[in-house]
Amino acid sequence: MTSLMLRVTEVAPLTPLVTRFRFEHPEGAALPLFSGGAHVVVEMPDEGTLRRNAYSLISDPLDGSGYGIAVRREDGGRGGSRYMHSHVAVGDMLRVTAPVNLFGLDLRARRHVLIAGGIGITPMLSQLRQLDRLQLPYELHYAARSRSEAAGLKLLPEAPQIHVHISEEGNRMDPGAILSGQPLGTHVYTCGPEGLIAAVEDAAGRLGWPGGALHSEAFLAPPPGKPFDVTLARSGVTITVGAHQSLLEALEAAGVKIPWSCRGGACGQCESAVLSCKGRIEHNDHWLSDDDRAAQAKIMPCVSRFQGEELILER
Amino acid sequence: MTIRFNDETFRDDYTFHNSPAAIRRFPFPFDQDSYMYSVNMEPHQGGPEGSPFEKRFDVDEHYVSEMRDREITLADDPLRCQSLPHMELAGWDLLELIMVSKAEDYPELFSLNRDGDQWHWINRPLGIEQRFTFLDPTTLPCGPMEYITRQAQGDFAVLDQREGNLWMDAGMVTSQADWSLDFDIGMNFFEWHAPVPKAHEMGVFQRALKFLMNIRQGAPSRRLNWTMTVNPRLDTSPENYHKWGPEKRTVTPENVGRKQHLRVELQTFWRLPRSNALAFPIRCYLISLQDLATVPKWGRRLHRVLRDLPDELADYKGFAVNRPVIVDYLSQFDDGAATSPGIFPDD
Amino acid sequence: MTQSTFSPSILSRPVYAVLDSHGATPALMLADAEGAAALIELAERDASVMEHAHLIFIPGGADYGARLRALGPRMYREGPSYAAILPRFRKALADAQMGLRLYLAGTEGLIGQATAEALAAGLPADAIQAEHRGSIARRMQCVHCKGVTENVSTDPFTCSHCGLTLFVRDHFSRRLGAFQGVCVDAETPGIVPPTQEIQP
Repeated sequence: MTSLMLRVTEVAPLTPLVTRFRFEHPEGAALPLFSGGAHVVVEMPDEGTLRRNAYSLISDPLDGSGYGIAVRREDGGRGGSRYMHSHVAVGDMLRVTAPVNLFGLDLRARRHVLIAGGIGITPMLSQLRQLDRLQLPYELHYAARSRSEAAGLKLLPEAPQIHVHISEEGNRMDPGAILSGQPLGTHVYTCGPEGLIAAVEDAAGRLGWPGGALHSEAFLAPPPGKPFDVTLARSGVTITVGAHQSLLEALEAAGVKIPWSCRGGACGQCESAVLSCKGRIEHNDHWLSDDDRAAQAKIMPCVSRFQGEELILER
Repeated sequence: MTIRFNDETFRDDYTFHNSPAAIRRFPFPFDQDSYMYSVNMEPHQGGPEGSPFEKRFDVDEHYVSEMRDREITLADDPLRCQSLPHMELAGWDLLELIMVSKAEDYPELFSLNRDGDQWHWINRPLGIEQRFTFLDPTTLPCGPMEYITRQAQGDFAVLDQREGNLWMDAGMVTSQADWSLDFDIGMNFFEWHAPVPKAHEMGVFQRALKFLMNIRQGAPSRRLNWTMTVNPRLDTSPENYHKWGPEKRTVTPENVGRKQHLRVELQTFWRLPRSNALAFPIRCYLISLQDLATVPKWGRRLHRVLRDLPDELADYKGFAVNRPVIVDYLSQFDDGAATSPGIFPDD
Repeated sequence: MTQSTFSPSILSRPVYAVLDSHGATPALMLADAEGAAALIELAERDASVMEHAHLIFIPGGADYGARLRALGPRMYREGPSYAAILPRFRKALADAQMGLRLYLAGTEGLIGQATAEALAAGLPADAIQAEHRGSIARRMQCVHCKGVTENVSTDPFTCSHCGLTLFVRDHFSRRLGAFQGVCVDAETPGIVPPTQEIQP
């Protein structure tokens, strides 16, 4: 996993909950360029726990002078966003992976419709820049509860194709209205809470849209759960996965090398074979098929958990 | 490092030849005495000095003549280079990758000067000098992918990554082993590989696709593929099959060592930054059986591989009709001795 | 005539299924000859599929016109050939909005061409369904001269453009809506395998 030690050059609160960070190369070298919708994974050494969180890039994909991310502080989360907000200052050095894109634009599209809920606006900020540069038709709909919470307002340009829906002001976003009347060749990208993604899919279904024109990114954090044991077949070692620790993190802490990319259940890189499962795997990912889940012969360690007597992985 | 470029042909009078140095550095693809499909990927991060794995885009003594052969093929059939409309950004990504790599890896042959988006490219072996504005297609004589691949050895497929699959949406294909870009353009990974026997049941393509989809910037991979060709012909396209096909039947026990060639593809895979597309260069190396057998380990091993290959594979790779003559010829180089693991010559 | 069954083949060979209704959402329907029966059966399973349907039929000698009209599609048109109805088909695609479903039924030639046209107009691939009925004759592109020979039912066959004798491959291009034909006697000029009927 290619990564660089980058220097934090800006820490700018946008709203009480959302802060923008900028990273630059310590020697001023150009950073790898990317495509709209890409993310990086930031490593946070938090007192003995190595945290790794994926953050969408909000900066211009063709600007290699630095990377921008916007982090929403999740007080009920596992600690990564709190670490960013309370421990990271200008001048600090953090390890940041090269950009990876699991939420790219379909450049064949005749029209792009971007739908963002809350912090889901972040990947669309880099997508917007790409669309503007390529001069492709688009419209963006940004839903937030209140103006004070809408961090994206500070980052979005003013343009007629950008629509802000503040629910507190009685202006709720209506996916059905947005989707109806769109010409053939329109692609829709949704990022935000699971409920928003489901609402867009529902509306699309009712209008007869097929699934291929819909794209979504859910910011999935590894959910906590009861601690459980897992045995590694290659070494015979059994380790315990803590309540607020993901299986992937537990394996890494035990020195097991596992390929990973998104750390959020979407890319399939960490897929691991299950040699024995006496119990139930809690599949929290978006990668495995229904058949794979039922068979319980595979697990995605980044977000999934286990309850039962025995889980043996081929690692 | 100076390279003496051959003046040779890959059609008609076939004056192609490998120097002794080219023979020694040939990318022999078999690391053991038998062959079956595998994903067989490794990181493309350098290799032994002087080997075809060392540089990002290997340039060898055949460079100038190969580019001339490409020009002839394209003049006759422009459909060998196509790019669907949404792939232009990927074409620029590829142009940057090749120009930057070549200028850094072969500074005595290529120069690239960049002042913002004003670029100045010099290709000494081909006598080309070009000033242009990066991302502005009106400043180049043709599209960016075509422009740079007319100056780089091997075929190039540029794959769009979307819908959980890879799509062959652009390419420059003039030295292919018998597939048609014009027919296959727009197909996805499984579709364009559909004609390959056995590999689909083995799940090879499922694993390969997953691996390729996760290739990241700055971390290219490579693998070797192989087939057999009669005469050192680069353009073995289906389009011209009725022209080169008859040559296959001219192999005899007397000429097989000279006429029959092992054709190896060094395939590399690169994530492109601005488009998120995957570049897939397919670099073709040819060697006659008689030249190959001057390396004792390779003579022994190739005999065993071809003797024991399943019929389906020999059929698919198109040399089944000449297989008995080939295996018979190679048997003289196989004394049954053990061969060392790995692809490189001994000593 | 019931839905055709094709034997398992390579992955690029298109696979067809029985049409599945998406209810009363806007629909474009195209059928030739025996394909009409597939549309009739679709409407029998769900009559609402015709409410917002624009149905175009190429009879090719098959007498289904009256029965199709009786299904009550919002618009109905007959045309003598694919080439003749193509302008109307293109206009319908140009005017369409996302949500449109395309139902194709009949020969592979019709399905292949109509699919390629729709994809080029921006219709997503998963908005297109195709059920095969009737002749299994193929559209074949000659890889050498690029000409397409229609209604090929034998293997090998003669390219109607350049005259080469070509063998029939199952390798199919969605973009061209045709299978690939390759010179059968390149290595042995004049020596051609016996002609056989193409089997499903």
